[in-house]
Amino acid sequence: MGGASHAYKEMAFLKRLKKEYMELKKSPPPGVVLDDSVLENNITNWIIHISGAEGTLYSGEQFKLNIKFNDKYPFDSPQVTFIKPYLPVHPHVYSNGHICLSILDRDWSPALNVSSICLSILSMLSSCTQKVKPDDDSMYMRFAPSNPKKTTWVFHDDSV
Amino acid sequence: MAEIEEEDFMYDYEESDDEEDEDEEGDFVSDGLLREDSVPSGSKLKAEWQTLSPDQLSKKMFEIVDDVNAVFQLPTPHVRILLTACKWDKEKLMERYYAGDQEALFREAHLIHPKKRNPNPVIVVRAQSTSTCGAAASSKQEYICDICMMSYSTDHMMGLECGHLFCRPCWNNYLTVMVMSQGRAQTLSCPATSCDIVVDEATVLELLTDGEVRKKYQYLITNSFVQDHPLLKWCPSPGCCNALLASNNVEHEPVSCSCGHSFCFKCSRDPHEPILCTYLSKWLKKCDDDSETSNWIHVNTKECPKCSATIEKNGGCNHMICCNNSCKAEFCWVCLGPWEPHGTSWYNCNRYNESDAKSARDAQMGSRAALERYLFYCNRYMNHLRSSKMEAKLYEMVHEKMKELQQLGMSWVEIQFMKKAVDVLCLCRQTLMYTYVFAYYLKKNNHMLIFEDNQSDLEIATELLSEYLEREITSVSLDQLKIQVQDKSKYCEARRKVLLEHVYEGYDQDFWDFTEL
Ligand SMILES: [Zn+2]
Ligand SMILES: [Zn+2]
Ligand SMILES: [Zn+2]
Ligand SMILES: [Zn+2]
Repeated sequence: MGGASHAYKEMAFLKRLKKEYMELKKSPPPGVVLDDSVLENNITNWIIHISGAEGTLYSGEQFKLNIKFNDKYPFDSPQVTFIKPYLPVHPHVYSNGHICLSILDRDWSPALNVSSICLSILSMLSSCTQKVKPDDDSMYMRFAPSNPKKTTWVFHDDSV
Repeated sequence: MAEIEEEDFMYDYEESDDEEDEDEEGDFVSDGLLREDSVPSGSKLKAEWQTLSPDQLSKKMFEIVDDVNAVFQLPTPHVRILLTACKWDKEKLMERYYAGDQEALFREAHLIHPKKRNPNPVIVVRAQSTSTCGAAASSKQEYICDICMMSYSTDHMMGLECGHLFCRPCWNNYLTVMVMSQGRAQTLSCPATSCDIVVDEATVLELLTDGEVRKKYQYLITNSFVQDHPLLKWCPSPGCCNALLASNNVEHEPVSCSCGHSFCFKCSRDPHEPILCTYLSKWLKKCDDDSETSNWIHVNTKECPKCSATIEKNGGCNHMICCNNSCKAEFCWVCLGPWEPHGTSWYNCNRYNESDAKSARDAQMGSRAALERYLFYCNRYMNHLRSSKMEAKLYEMVHEKMKELQQLGMSWVEIQFMKKAVDVLCLCRQTLMYTYVFAYYLKKNNHMLIFEDNQSDLEIATELLSEYLEREITSVSLDQLKIQVQDKSKYCEARRKVLLEHVYEGYDQDFWDFTEL
């Protein structure tokens, strides 16, 4: 890669993160709050508060998401996990905070962003009909890598 | 929406019509690349093959794509993906396309049927997206790229038939990550969320700027062609970029690349006649599993039978002379028996004595007998394996001898018989090595007795040839040496041919009884 394209990359990466940050602060989707006290130090590590939507199983509950970006963002998906102990009991959320969601992995697209990730996670929570842990939770806990992006996910059921 | 001419999606390979090859047969002959005689083979099924350079390979791929496309009129990547789903069998694809369920075919290939495609794709990026799609764009208008959030004029934006526009640097970045980190090339789609419009290679190559990435992309495309096409194989030789295209009847026969490397077409390992690939895999696994046991170590270390000095085998010949000056015992490496009886009549060294084994079985537990039987064949196999690992040294030694012969007045052309003899020697040893694997899985019958005789004959002939090659040049006259070496190597070739033909006859007529895998 030439110097020009390297400069573009760095600029595009920062510009995009800053723009997303501004937009999320200015007009966040309902139930999503950006915790910018943490953000001051590190633009690549975000913490987001999520509130369960009214009229769903998670109504009144508060959760915390950690989003980490690598320098390939947005071409590579960010690493998204729930922060213990602020994690929902949900068939697609493992006890270590890892989330089995196809847009975070196979179906990631650079045109997606933090806002769409939060909306997908909220909708994943809203459509849940039974508060249970994943079937393979205890098995996964034993072998899970610390980075969920290193897990080979099988997305059985996108409707839950 | 960015106007995209239909031609952009069609691969425009304007080749003269005379290139059309309805029959592969004709193609094979006309290329003049037939190499059926380059590997001496006892096989009756004569496979034909040709070496394809990377350029010829992609030409071949586009020929097939174009053939199909002449009928289908679809974007090139779609045709390629459909062909992949049908293992590059264009007749099968045509048949499924016209006779079968087209939708199922497209679904299987993870494509959307062109007629079923949503004419107004929805951009799911963001509600207030600035990069509107579908709107008539004036060229002065500035767009904000949804990926990098930077604004560009229209001519810096690019989109496919779906109308999702992104800036060129973002396209380049996106494709680079897909190709380099994810190894994807065949199924690259538009970066917009849930948009599965496939990016054709003309567009990919136009957008990718880095030479390395373009190279990787092209490699991934041809690699999937080679891997999915049942009659194509990469040459396994390190550093060789050729692939081999075989005719239909290729089975386990060895083929050879124009780079000089020979290999088994089916499993890509070194040629392993006469044993079949499945039995060889089984054997190699067994050797691996047993390699830690002390029994196996016992097979690999030897001591002089007379003085117990550790023996280092430094040539291919089985005729050993102990290096302990006060001992100098002459013996056979394989059976450790005295060498003398080997010199004139071959010692019964290649044959596992079934009656001895039977009494051993009666006297001891079955597993013990099985182990002994295994060790017997393993011992002989390892012996040849060891020799084959010293091939380079052997060639070096013979090269020295050839220089010596040249100094003694023979011409360069004249001394080539030495090189030829080493080729034959190595080939015979390789075959012999695998005959022990073959024999290990064989159940005793009359044909096996014939096989063992053939094996024994080839062992004797090969051992003699090896001795002649290692002999001091001064010990015989030059003409005599040449005649002897040539005679011995011709005899070896003949014995090898007899052995292989018998084995293949058995495969054809089904007279071998193998132990179950
Ligand atoms: Zn699109
Ligand atoms: Zn861009
Ligand atoms: Zn090669
Ligand atoms: Zn094979």
